[in-house]
Amino acid sequence: MASVELKSVSKSYGGNPVIRGVDLAIRDGEFIVFVGPSGCGKSTLLRLIAGLVPVTDGEISIGGEPVTDVPASKRGIAFVFQSYALYPHMTVARNIGFALETLGLGRDAVRNKVAEVAKLLKVDHLLARRPRELSGGQRQRVAIGRALVRKPEVFLFDEPLSNLDSDLRMEMRIEIARLHDDIGTTMIYVTHDQAEAMTLADRIVVLNHGVIEQVGSPQELYHTPKSRFVAGFVGSPRMNFSTVAATGIGADWLLSGPGGLRLESHVTGNRSTPATVGVRPEALSIVAPGSGRLDGVLERIEDLGHEHFAYVRLDADNSWVVRLPARPREDRDTKVGLSFRDEDLFLFDESGARLDHAASHERSAAALAQTSGGGIAA
Amino acid sequence: MSVKLARADRRAAWMFMAPMLVAMLVVAVWPLARTFYFSFTDAYLDDPTNYSLIGFENYLEVIGDRTWWIAVRNTLLFTVVSVAIETVLGLGIALLINQAIPGRGLVRAAILVPWAIPVVVATKMWEWMLNDQFGVLNQVLISMGLIDHGIAWTANGSLIMGVVIFIDVWMTTPFMVLLILAGLQMIPGEIMEAAEVDGIPAWKRFWSIVLPLLKPAIGVAVLFRVLDALRMFDLAYVLAASSEQVMTASIYARNRLISFQELGIGSAASTWVFLLVAFVAILIIGVLRLDRAAGEAP
Amino acid sequence: MTDAAVALPARRRRSSASYRLERRIKKGFLVVAVGLVLIYTLFPYYWAIVSSTKQGAALYRNTFLPAFDLTYYKALYENRIFLGSLVNSAFVASSTTALSLILGISAAYALGRIDFPQRRGVLMTILMISIFPQVVVLSGMFELINWLGLYNRPSALILTYLLATVPFTTWILTTFIREFPRELEEAAIIDGCSHFRILTKILLPLMGPSLASTGILAFILAWNEFLFALTFILTDENRTVPVAIGLMGGSSRYEYPFGQIMAASVTVTLPLIILVLIFQRRIVAGLTAGAVKG
Repeated sequence: MASVELKSVSKSYGGNPVIRGVDLAIRDGEFIVFVGPSGCGKSTLLRLIAGLVPVTDGEISIGGEPVTDVPASKRGIAFVFQSYALYPHMTVARNIGFALETLGLGRDAVRNKVAEVAKLLKVDHLLARRPRELSGGQRQRVAIGRALVRKPEVFLFDEPLSNLDSDLRMEMRIEIARLHDDIGTTMIYVTHDQAEAMTLADRIVVLNHGVIEQVGSPQELYHTPKSRFVAGFVGSPRMNFSTVAATGIGADWLLSGPGGLRLESHVTGNRSTPATVGVRPEALSIVAPGSGRLDGVLERIEDLGHEHFAYVRLDADNSWVVRLPARPREDRDTKVGLSFRDEDLFLFDESGARLDHAASHERSAAALAQTSGGGIAA
Repeated sequence: MSVKLARADRRAAWMFMAPMLVAMLVVAVWPLARTFYFSFTDAYLDDPTNYSLIGFENYLEVIGDRTWWIAVRNTLLFTVVSVAIETVLGLGIALLINQAIPGRGLVRAAILVPWAIPVVVATKMWEWMLNDQFGVLNQVLISMGLIDHGIAWTANGSLIMGVVIFIDVWMTTPFMVLLILAGLQMIPGEIMEAAEVDGIPAWKRFWSIVLPLLKPAIGVAVLFRVLDALRMFDLAYVLAASSEQVMTASIYARNRLISFQELGIGSAASTWVFLLVAFVAILIIGVLRLDRAAGEAP
Repeated sequence: MTDAAVALPARRRRSSASYRLERRIKKGFLVVAVGLVLIYTLFPYYWAIVSSTKQGAALYRNTFLPAFDLTYYKALYENRIFLGSLVNSAFVASSTTALSLILGISAAYALGRIDFPQRRGVLMTILMISIFPQVVVLSGMFELINWLGLYNRPSALILTYLLATVPFTTWILTTFIREFPRELEEAAIIDGCSHFRILTKILLPLMGPSLASTGILAFILAWNEFLFALTFILTDENRTVPVAIGLMGGSSRYEYPFGQIMAASVTVTLPLIILVLIFQRRIVAGLTAGAVKG
């Protein structure tokens, strides 16, 4: 078990920066998830920590020891690959034991350790098979077994569940969470799947264009995103955004936007001008036209059984999604009003930074108190 | 900075390449350099240690030789005509094999046979089939009443270049077919299905969809074939070693070098061949690049 | 091609029967075209077989069936010089193949998998070497062969053939290695493998098919080579088969021993054709890997 520390780590390929000056301290035993859109550098960052890719600049230490120049195999890490990367020509047993064999461990010692790990992961009956004779889930277990057998101090996962179908993905997600509970090793996990990030992570690292946008617990990211990017990235369906025009003096603003949106708002802290408003679909409710905060036309309704998404068109460029527990009474193509509470409103300035405003400030404190027990359904 | 890791990798790379690089130095770079060197000397093959440097005299000697120019003309004629025919024929056969036809695998294997046969053997086989008195081709033509008496295909001066081109086409069309076929199979089937559903006629599907998408594959195939045809030696040598009608630049250079023992002049002639091939290669690659750049522009 | 015969766009729909007829005609054209292609590619070899089994006057009568007279073959197999050239060819081609595969795979690993700044330059140089005309190195090679004391020895050919085969194997194996998922190798790095161990324990066992197709192509290249074999070998007993056949001749044009030459041709080509038929898919893969991705 070990902490991991990155100090202004950068990586560029042929002058093209992929990771730009990342600072990150990961505590011993923590489960950290890297998320971000494709091409944001999350996989590269993981490979930099693993030592598979040499850093261009910066320092990496694991367990307090600088490892920037240490080869991957000597960093005390294990890596679970997206494609599993099982050696196709070796049996499961040899796949798991190959690292120990390479280290020069005796045959019996290797066999014992392999058996032990295989039993833990319930693949002991598959030891004589080759990877192509395994199902997706079994391959996944073998890949984890191969990582586990090295008794790593840090586990690195690169989108390990993305090749599985959704049932199996959920099952393996729970197993990985259980594994972390059992062995308590530091784990760093890359994914683009929100559910995985929200359920597995102690802390989530949101990356964008090679820069960390925000680090925080899933709840922090959901309730107090630092930027429009994070707000839009966490939560599904994503937050509704609309551009607003702001007039005002000092910190008091009058905001007007599509669908007849008119808001008065007092920005605290940061003094820049609000440019975008955002409301999560689950914070919206449908009311009679004219009686809510804004009006639009109910365009279509998606019925998913346990929940419903209503698409409300505010104007030519803006359409908001409302998440409802039950099918709305209103018909398609009728005028509806949308309402939300002040504390559910997010404001962002031109650069995308979130602005604290009077209502949202109270809200975040209250929300944290409220959700710290319950967790968030993503 | 973890330059250490990167440096270790770099060192490993050179170690893995070392045997190959040494081999290339010995059999390619060094002989090439010596050929260049000899081309400026008046050395003879029977006593290569006894020579003096004479500047560009050998190069002038070669380009002052009428035979050299005949050889160059032959080489260019051979290259242009045979590669042109191979491309068209190769495209045709590739399109045919790409169809859902019975025995597709058999055809694909059969098409490889001419390619695998040694040039010498292919030449001998065709020489026999084209024999003026006993060749099967003349016999067939006579029995069909198309000609009265056998045509001396390989002896007749004006026909022999045609024969060389014909045999070369037979041998190397398979290569074209395979490369074009690979290109064809990279065209997503759905594109063709979409065009078919849209009611686009077959010739137009070919002209406006298949051909533009095949261009890179055909370009590469033509490049390889042209460079190969420019250095052709064995076919013409086996068929008619001494005939000026089909003497290629490579044959000319080897004649000066080995038959006449003129190490200096032969090297100069070889260098001219090299320059010719390099010039054509740069030309074609330039055209392909331009083409690609034009294709990428919005 | 034959497609051109088909289908104007059907604005008005015709009867189903007429479409069926159209399809049959098209299919008929295809079958005829395939037949023509097969005859074009295979007949010369068939004719060589037929001719090689005919004796004397029968050789000059054009019947399309073989006569199964194996006199030429018997003569060939009693001909020590020809058998010797077969052995030489086999020796030279297989040694060249083995050597160029070893040099090629090692270099291809570096070129396909390790990042280093000069990689592109090395690949371009290799490509250039593979396209320059063999006749250019003839003088320099002649001197080298003499200097090494290899003149008129089959081993001279092994050395000179590396000029053509090594760039070729390196290039093709590089593209094959690049096709392997990189994660496999990263997994091996994490498992503590050195580059050498990755190559020998992970990649080589998986590269059997790629090595086979590359090896076959290199073998055919070496087996068929003519210019160097003609130039660097002086005496009949050291020649390779292509040159032996190329130099077969009679005392006059009319005594040209075509029957014998055809028998020799069939013999020499048979191993290649068997290779081609067995490894058809692999050969195609190798040929196209080298070119399409280049």
